[in-house]
Amino acid sequence: MAGVISTSLSGIRYLLDNLPEFWQLLAEHLVLVVASEIIAISIAVPLGVIAARHEKLKSPILSVGNVAQTVPPLAIIALMFPILGLGFLPSFVALFIYALLPVLVNTITGLESVDEGTIDAAKGMGMTQNERLTKIRFPLALPIIFAGIRTSTVINVGTAYLAFFIGGGGLGAWVISGINLFNMPQVFAGAISGAVLAISLDLLLAAVESRLGNSGPASAQVAA
Amino acid sequence: MIEFEDVTKVYADGTEAIDGINFTVEEGTTTVLVGPSGCGKTTSMKLVNRLEEPTEGTVYVNGTDNQELDKIDLRRGIGYVIQEIGLFDHLTVGENIATVPELVGWDQSRIDDRVDELLELMDLSPEYRDQYPRELSGGQRQRIGVARALAADPDILLMDEPFGALDPITRENLQDEFLQIQDRINTTILFVTHSIDEALKMGDRIAIFDVGEVVQYDTPAEILSNPKNEFVENFIGENQTFKQLSITPVREVMDDPQAYESAESEVAPAADGGEYYSISPDSSLQVGLTRLLSIEHTTLPVVDGGEVVGFLTEDHVRSYFDSAGEP
Ligand SMILES: Nc1ncnc2c1ncn2[C@@H]1O[C@H](COP(=O)(O)OP(=O)(O)OP(=O)(O)O)[C@@H](O)[C@H]1O
Ligand SMILES: [Mg+2]
Repeated sequence: MAGVISTSLSGIRYLLDNLPEFWQLLAEHLVLVVASEIIAISIAVPLGVIAARHEKLKSPILSVGNVAQTVPPLAIIALMFPILGLGFLPSFVALFIYALLPVLVNTITGLESVDEGTIDAAKGMGMTQNERLTKIRFPLALPIIFAGIRTSTVINVGTAYLAFFIGGGGLGAWVISGINLFNMPQVFAGAISGAVLAISLDLLLAAVESRLGNSGPASAQVAA
Repeated sequence: MIEFEDVTKVYADGTEAIDGINFTVEEGTTTVLVGPSGCGKTTSMKLVNRLEEPTEGTVYVNGTDNQELDKIDLRRGIGYVIQEIGLFDHLTVGENIATVPELVGWDQSRIDDRVDELLELMDLSPEYRDQYPRELSGGQRQRIGVARALAADPDILLMDEPFGALDPITRENLQDEFLQIQDRINTTILFVTHSIDEALKMGDRIAIFDVGEVVQYDTPAEILSNPKNEFVENFIGENQTFKQLSITPVREVMDDPQAYESAESEVAPAADGGEYYSISPDSSLQVGLTRLLSIEHTTLPVVDGGEVVGFLTEDHVRSYFDSAGEP
């Protein structure tokens, strides 16, 4: 216990001693996460909406999505190297692919989980298919979709450490080279800041979610 | 006006939900579809607003074959209370009620006025307007379901067990309120229930369903006095017992006090137990029987003005009904 505390303290000291480099790595990390996440959301949500409408698309997408999430992130990162080489782009693409799935799966599950009676009522009152989607299905699915986005973002912060392997930069620089050099304060400095980043992004998303004023099924967590 | 002409509905999986049914709901009247679970009541209702299409036959809405009408327009002109209420949980009560007026493009002030009016009509105070459906009781939710269906002044109203899933007292209140509302709005109503009592109470005409078929379509009085066949007789018969219980006073069935003087110990103590262990001769047999079942004794003293005037036992009730010639 005392060891953990002293190592954490030395980690924080390391961070303060190397502040300029810290800001640099944090910025790289954040850009990777935010850029890949935004693109992932803007593709996964519409794709999920389309898939939920087409019975034939839905189950293949769901099963591919669920299986793909079991592929270790390192494998995807490693796969990017021979295709796209080193640097920001391959890292970005790998993170994007990895972030896509939870959002996609939750969008489909969320839209599917809306109570049939509610849909029947909407239909019976003369809503068109588009009105049902925008006014009823989507808002009611929003808490589940948001759960997917939050899960995806938190995982993304963790996966982005691996970008260092293919020259993507980020906090992985401290953690991975720290492990190689057995420099524990450096590892801790990188790990703690990543954890804080993940928690902050999650809180931010929670705030956005409540701003959107959803009051659907209380924050149901489905298919994380 | 709604007319069913030889309408048959077979679902895609081969289930024949209804088989060649005929009936007419005259303008401004209420027709109640009543029958056991799974006999095709909801299906019939969905054929009116084209949530389902008939396999054979024609459904006329205000004289036109509804297949010729635009689905969306047709539905917006028909109020629909679904069996599961189906309120939109992410919208406020006000927004729920305003659904159809908004869809058909009323201006905001007209919508606001209408919502206020409906809340008042359904006996809900204006503060409910901004609450969410989940914050409300079952009875309140049902009221809002009805208000939402009435919002755009439809001339046809479909109500699928609108007061189901409520305790008997709340249901009775809502039925009474709705009967008053019904007098004020000149709407053609198709009402579904599985309770013959509700049907007798709410309907101008009643269609009694057996699996997939209408076995009798008549006024409530006609159905009670001239049940067409055994199915109808059984359907109203069982419930008649209950109705008879609620209108027969204890006085008619009780034994005189002398008969029980020897069996004192079996009698529920009237004095120290207070009112609970006795019953007034003017109470209904329904109340008497309920009380008998809730105490540990087999005999209930009937007390009038502090004096024991008779005794009531389960056997009395039973033999009364046997001699009354129950089917
Ligand atoms: N979409 C459907 N596909 C196949 N069969 C269906 C469908 N909807 C209803 N059915 C079947 O049609 C029959 C009539 O169902 P319906 O819902 O009309 O009965 P109901 O009288 O409303 O019953 P309840 O009192 O339980 O609501 C039932 O056997 C039911 O299982
Ligand atoms: Mg039904």
